Amino acid sequence: MKYSANSVWENKDGYDIAVVGAGHAGCEAALAAARLGFRTVIFTVSVDSIALMPCNPNIGGSSKGHLVRELDALGGEMGKVIDKTFIQSKMLNKSKGPAVHSLRAQADKASYSRTMRQVLQDQENLDIRQMEVTDILADNHKVAGVQTYSGAIYPCRAVILCTGTYLKARCIYGDVSTQTGPNGLQAANYLTESLKSLGIQMYRFKTGTPARIDRNSIDFSKMEEQKGDDRIVPFSFTTDPEDVQIDQASCWLTYTNENTHDIIRKNLDRSPLFSGMIEGTGPRYCPSIEDKVVKFADKNRHQVFIEPEGLDTTEMYVGGMSSSLPEDVQFAMYRTVPGLENAKIVRNAYAIEYDCIDARQLKSTLEFKNVEGLFSGGQFNGSSGYEEAAAQGLVAGINAARKLQGKEGIIIDRSEGYIGVLIDDLVTKESHEPYRMMTSRAEYRLLLRQDNADMRLTKLGYEVGLISGERYQKLLEKEKLINEEIKRAEHTNIGTSAEVQELLASHGSTPLTSGTTLGELIRRPELSYEALAPIDRQRKQLPDDVIEQVNINIKYEGYIKRQQRQVEQFKKLEKKMIPEDIDYNSIQSLRIEAKQKLTEIRPASIGQASRISGVSPADISVLLVYLESR
Amino acid sequence: MKKDTIAAISTGMTNSGIGIVRISGDEAFHMIDRIYHGKERLSEAESHTIHYGYIKDKEETIDEVLVMLMRSPRTFTGEDTVEINCHGGTYVVKRVLETVIKNGARPAEPGEFTKRAFLNGKLDLSQAEAVIDVITSQSEYALQSSISQLKGSVRKKIEDIRKQIIYHTAFIETALDDPEHIDIDGYGETLKKVTEELLVEIKKLIDSSDSGRIMKEGIQTVIVGKPNAGKSSLLNVLAGKERAIVTDIEGTTRDALEEQIQLKGLTLNMIDTAGIRKTDDIIEKIGVDKAKEYVKNANLIIYVVDASRPLDSNDNDIMSLLDGRKVIILLNKSDLTTVITKEKMQEEINQKVLKFSRSAEAGTIPMIDISAKEEQGLNELEETLKEMFLHGEVSFNDEVYITNIRQKAALIDACGSLEKVIESIDNQMPEDFFSIDLMDAYESLGSITGETIGEDLVNEIFSKFCMGK
Repeated sequence: MKYSANSVWENKDGYDIAVVGAGHAGCEAALAAARLGFRTVIFTVSVDSIALMPCNPNIGGSSKGHLVRELDALGGEMGKVIDKTFIQSKMLNKSKGPAVHSLRAQADKASYSRTMRQVLQDQENLDIRQMEVTDILADNHKVAGVQTYSGAIYPCRAVILCTGTYLKARCIYGDVSTQTGPNGLQAANYLTESLKSLGIQMYRFKTGTPARIDRNSIDFSKMEEQKGDDRIVPFSFTTDPEDVQIDQASCWLTYTNENTHDIIRKNLDRSPLFSGMIEGTGPRYCPSIEDKVVKFADKNRHQVFIEPEGLDTTEMYVGGMSSSLPEDVQFAMYRTVPGLENAKIVRNAYAIEYDCIDARQLKSTLEFKNVEGLFSGGQFNGSSGYEEAAAQGLVAGINAARKLQGKEGIIIDRSEGYIGVLIDDLVTKESHEPYRMMTSRAEYRLLLRQDNADMRLTKLGYEVGLISGERYQKLLEKEKLINEEIKRAEHTNIGTSAEVQELLASHGSTPLTSGTTLGELIRRPELSYEALAPIDRQRKQLPDDVIEQVNINIKYEGYIKRQQRQVEQFKKLEKKMIPEDIDYNSIQSLRIEAKQKLTEIRPASIGQASRISGVSPADISVLLVYLESR
Repeated sequence: MKKDTIAAISTGMTNSGIGIVRISGDEAFHMIDRIYHGKERLSEAESHTIHYGYIKDKEETIDEVLVMLMRSPRTFTGEDTVEINCHGGTYVVKRVLETVIKNGARPAEPGEFTKRAFLNGKLDLSQAEAVIDVITSQSEYALQSSISQLKGSVRKKIEDIRKQIIYHTAFIETALDDPEHIDIDGYGETLKKVTEELLVEIKKLIDSSDSGRIMKEGIQTVIVGKPNAGKSSLLNVLAGKERAIVTDIEGTTRDALEEQIQLKGLTLNMIDTAGIRKTDDIIEKIGVDKAKEYVKNANLIIYVVDASRPLDSNDNDIMSLLDGRKVIILLNKSDLTTVITKEKMQEEINQKVLKFSRSAEAGTIPMIDISAKEEQGLNELEETLKEMFLHGEVSFNDEVYITNIRQKAALIDACGSLEKVIESIDNQMPEDFFSIDLMDAYESLGSITGETIGEDLVNEIFSKFCMGK
């Protein structure tokens, strides 16, 4: 039973900011708010579930690794914590271009969660409170505080909603369902109504997770071992690479087969998706195994990755086989997979449904357009993934703090970071499934590399106040070294000496017919900055990260310059801001559809307006002229 | 990438005496330098001056022009502006515009000059409403006219090409997003083949824009043949048969008037000089040099051979002009005793033309026996023309060609992007670099069919490829 009138009381601890939820978004939001000097309280339904990883045991991966590095450059915590708690690490796409290199680490889940909790506990200005928040209190569309299940009122000036998958959560497999959040944790069943009463539109999304299997029941001899990289690259720019060269745990690769698929096909009618028990929209990018079997019927096998959940647990995550089929079917299907013949399931696979919002109700600062001081981040905004959540949490935390500082919120645009792409997509485009970051969503990805996240965003982190002056100075020095060395390489002449020709030949590179520059040689596909060291006498000893930047910037100069020119064009429209009080209906010449969409989304800039579906280039021209004439 | 220097024909698309192509933007002066041939470099000339010279597309002279230079800010748009005054007639003006676009401008959006003028503070704020009206009305018009110009098979062709591009891009992107499930090492080879095929398709469409123009504006045709070969009787027969619509359009060469003849839905613009009409002898009257000029600008050469007399030096002169051109040879006077048979003529052609030829056209010159006097062989001529210009691929009432300059520019952009893909593959760039140019091509092609990129790539990834987790 929720509180009665008798239980209502007011907390007088004087919090400025309340964060609802202590998952990956909530942790970053609370840390940022507290570090920027505001008294912050973070609510969670269970202190033991702080920074919980209820699904896959990894941080990073394609484009998600980029998010973590950007977060780190801005002063977030995720990168530092995973560097302390990973048990295996890989740089993905190493054979591809630098823009798509992406770090992915296996986490020791319990250790990650504990370490993050420790950071929160040690953070000045930040209090942890185990309690379900049931109401957002607002005064004339302005946040006034939150109220808890117990009846307590916490007055505050800003609230950050990071409720993840907990709102009215329901977990389902077969015809069994529980009214719980992930991992059997208590759901938050009241907040949705409170939000609706504030005029906020809710969606219902669905996602899922595979079973966890006892490693003692697995025959690894039938699987391929997947090891980590020999040389590990840390996530955080502050981590000394020497500190992360650990003994790594292995993952294992096996495959489903026709037997697996037969069992699945025979039992499809028992899936809650087919019976209509699940109404939420699931993500297309992480389909359940039953989805894969139906949709890609021509594939006779699918990969299955067996990944450790940590060093102190025997539970193994069965990557690639999430499901909501009944328990007996789960047992049967997992046991058809080579190596899993005697598998013992510790936790069932399940689908989970939860309430979230249509994020187009948010500004690019992640503040609600119609409730001042109310911010939100993470899965609540319709995204998926720990990294996406953390990135939004950080931005929401920073902007809630800036709001109280009386400053403009920060907006990272699409040319500055994946975080910008993520947030812009969420607040601009309609989505009917949890949003996952992908490198193909970043139109300027050659510029948004994981290797240069520090150069892109440390300055902003410093200006915001989350990056120390010392760290910023170090970055400036790094930039100086890079620029000087690029200049030197482009102006260093290389003659046609025997030594040069010999070096070229040893790399299978065409000999020179006349002199050239070091830069020109670096641009040859088969050569690199490092490879040319023997013929580059003036070269100074430089740090590895500087060399990496010199190499990339010279090698891909043509492509990078092209994208930079595109960014210039992009920025022109991005800088044309639209006043908040604009009345689109009074602009006669806008088409009706454009009027409706613009009124609904209220874009902050002409650039954002141009990305709204249903707004044509002619509408944008009309808008430009209209704004000019105001 | 969106280019920022724009160009458009600022006079109406009518056959007026003069046409003006206007260029506005930072690059306007560099662009005119590349195509203008006259006494000086225009980028170094003084503002608000007029210059006489020629517009050339590489070697080919397009027109004799007057170019007006106006430097920012004292111009209509407030930007550097160049106006090319060329000879009226839709063909020449369009060619000049195309040349400008080829050299880096992009076709202006509807109302864009006015919009720029306004945004650069050149128009009074009170004119905002009027400016908005110009933009919206012109957009509406452009949309309607470009949609009506794009029908059936072209749309389908472009959609097919786009489908292939997005499919391969999605495959690459899926692999990048999910490298442990999908391996694309060595995919460049496959993609290169596909891209080369797509390039061929797009180039065909670009070529069809010339066919499209031919459909709309007629085939620039010149009749050659020695004196008394029967050129004027042929012309009279053709004109009479289909009731020639005689107009006085000024043609590609200013001093030549055109006579339009409708044949089976094709329009032949017969280059009709005093020579043809009065003396019946183009070679004699104005000389081989002048004939060469006509031949150079023509889409079609009809070579009338007097089959009742042996070939002479006049014929040799004519044959020297035929290499690489679209030609029909008519063996006239089939009603008389003939001394020139098809076989004999082919031999001559083999010797005089093909011997030195590097052109595929030369091997396939159609020959028809006709009698202008008896009106025999004319049906065969019509069928042959249809075959030559409509490739027998499409029914000729269906307007399926790219005729719009904006659309053609988009096709050329798409070609450029795909060529960059091939370049990246050849330079052994990693696969993720291919996507960038593939998507540029996809976007350019989409601008023809009126489609934007939106979530296409992400949707394709999810619908065609199985991503893990």
